[in-house]
Amino acid sequence: MNAPEADVPVLAEYAMERPTPTGLWAWRYLILRRIVQFAILLLFFGTAHWSWQVAKGVPLLTGNLSASKFIGLIPLTDPFAALQIFLTGHVLQTQSLLGAAIVLGIYFLIGGRMFCAWVCPVNAVTDLAGWLRGKLGIRPIFHLPRTLRYFILAVALVITVISGLAAFEWVSPIGMAHREIIFGLGMGFTALLAIFLFDLLILKNGWCGHLCPLGAFYSLVGKTALLRVRFDKSTCTRCGECARVCPEPQVLNLKKLDERGYVFSGECSNCGRCTPICPEGSLKFDFKPLIRTHNAQALAQADIIAVQRRTR
Amino acid sequence: MADQGPSGLNPNRRDFLVKLAQGAALAGTGGLLWDYLLRREARAAPFALRPPGALAEDDFNAVCIKCGQCVNDCPPHVLKLEPAGGALPIGMPYYVPRTGACVMCPDIPCMKACPTGALSPKLKNINDARMGLAVIDIENCLSWKGLRCEICHRECPLKGKAITLEAHPRQISKHAMFVPLVHSDACTGCGICERACPTDVAAIRILPHKLVQGKIGDHYRLGWTFDTEITQDFKQAPQAAPSPSPATVGKPGGLDYLNSGGGL
Repeated sequence: MNAPEADVPVLAEYAMERPTPTGLWAWRYLILRRIVQFAILLLFFGTAHWSWQVAKGVPLLTGNLSASKFIGLIPLTDPFAALQIFLTGHVLQTQSLLGAAIVLGIYFLIGGRMFCAWVCPVNAVTDLAGWLRGKLGIRPIFHLPRTLRYFILAVALVITVISGLAAFEWVSPIGMAHREIIFGLGMGFTALLAIFLFDLLILKNGWCGHLCPLGAFYSLVGKTALLRVRFDKSTCTRCGECARVCPEPQVLNLKKLDERGYVFSGECSNCGRCTPICPEGSLKFDFKPLIRTHNAQALAQADIIAVQRRTR
Repeated sequence: MADQGPSGLNPNRRDFLVKLAQGAALAGTGGLLWDYLLRREARAAPFALRPPGALAEDDFNAVCIKCGQCVNDCPPHVLKLEPAGGALPIGMPYYVPRTGACVMCPDIPCMKACPTGALSPKLKNINDARMGLAVIDIENCLSWKGLRCEICHRECPLKGKAITLEAHPRQISKHAMFVPLVHSDACTGCGICERACPTDVAAIRILPHKLVQGKIGDHYRLGWTFDTEITQDFKQAPQAAPSPSPATVGKPGGLDYLNSGGGL
C-alpha cells in the first residue's frame, strides 16, 4: 500500500459507518442456496411421486441431477457423467449431449462452480459439518492437499476407460443422495453420514474441498465464468473474516486478489458466504466485464472520502 | 545449481522422483481398488431384468446414466431404481415381475424417456423386446401335474406365440395333459405369466437369456427341420434307363412310397 500511515484510522472509521449486517440479512445467500437446493429436489420429488405437471401430460421436472428433462422439453445432463460415459467408448444420444452442453454452457459461461454451492445436496451436509466443527473447535487429524481432488478426477477418468464403467457415477455419494431422495431410500444415507463424520471429525471441508472429483471438474469448467466475487481493495482492511467463513479459503489470497480485482480461482463456488460477512463490503457479486470499472469507481470514491475526512 | 548429495545425486531431483513414484503408487493402488469395486458392483448380480430396449448387459452398465426418467414415465410404476447397498447394481432401473410385471405399453414410454440410449430407440415394436425369458419349473407347474391350470398361457400377451399349450401323454390315463411351453423367439420377458402364476412361489419365472438359454453349436445339421440349409453337394444319382411304370407316376419316392404299398 502506498497510502500514508495517517490514512489507516480514517479507513477504520469509514468502515465503522457500514456495520456488519446482522440477522437474517447476513445469511441471505446461505438461505437462498438452501431454498434453491431444496426446491430442485422438491421439483424432482414432486414430479416423481405426485405427478407434478405444467400441462396435461407434460411433467415438470423428470429424472434427477444426473440427467433430467425440464417441462418435457429442455434436456439437462451432468456433463461429468456424460464425459465418463463417453470414455467408456459409447456415444450418447443427441438428447444427452444437448443436455450436457446446456449445463456445461451455464456453468462455463456464467455460474462457475455454482453447482457445488447452489445445487448439490451434499453441500448442505458438509456445510453443517463445517459449522459444527467450528463450534466444537475440532482440530484436524491430518492435512491433505486440496489438489488431491484433481488427482482423483484423473484417476476416475482412467478407471472409466479401463473398466468400461462410469467410475464416479457408480460410487458417487452425491448420486446416491439425490437418487435415493427422489426414487426411494437405500444405504446411500450411510455415505452421507460418512461424509458428515469425515468433515466434522477428520478433515475440515474434507469432501467438497479435498476429495470430490465432481467439484474438481466444475472448478476446471468454471475457471473463466462471468459471475465472480469482486474484490475492492480500497476498502478492505484485511480483517480476514471472509477467509474464516470461506469453505475454500485458498481462493481468498488477498495479495493475488489485489492484482486481479476479483476472486479468480475456479475453486470458488460462488456460495456467497464472504460477501455479506465482509464488514467493509469489499467483496460483492459482480460480472467479470464490469469488475474493472467498478473497482476503479470504488477506488476513486475512496480517494474522495479520504480527502473529505482529512479536510474536515 | 542444486547441492550434490553424498552419492553424487541431485537431492532435489531425487525428491521429485520419489514424490512422483509415491503419487503413482497411491493412484495405482487406489485405482485398482476402485476398479475392483466397480466390476464387483456391476457384475455381482447378473439376474437383473432391465426395461424394454435395454442394451446388452455390459453396454447397459456403461451407458445408463442412472437418471430414473424411465422410472418417471413408466405408466404402471413397475420400474424402480436400485438404491445403494441393494442386491442389484446401483442406480439402474429394473422390474420384479412377480410384484410388477412389464405391461408392454405399445408406445414404449420408458424407452422414449431414456436420454442416453441405454434403452435403445432401435426397438420399434414392444413385441420385439427381449427383457428376459420365461422359464417353467415343470416339477412345480400345476399343468405339468395334470391340472388344467394354463393361467400363464391365458395371461400371456403373445399367447399362442410366446406360450403355447401342448398335449402331453399322461402315464396311467388316456387323457392327455396340457402343458405350457415357452418359445424364446416370441417371449419378451414381460413377466405377466410370472405375476399370474397361482403357485405359492411362481413356477414360471423370467430370467435373463444368458442365464437360461443354451446354444447347440453351428456344426449340428438338423436335416429334418425346414430351416436347415443343406450345404453339402450331393451328387446327382444316375438316372435309371427304363421309364417309370404307370403305377408310380405322381407318387412320392422313398419310404412313403414303400409304406403306401404301391411298390410291392
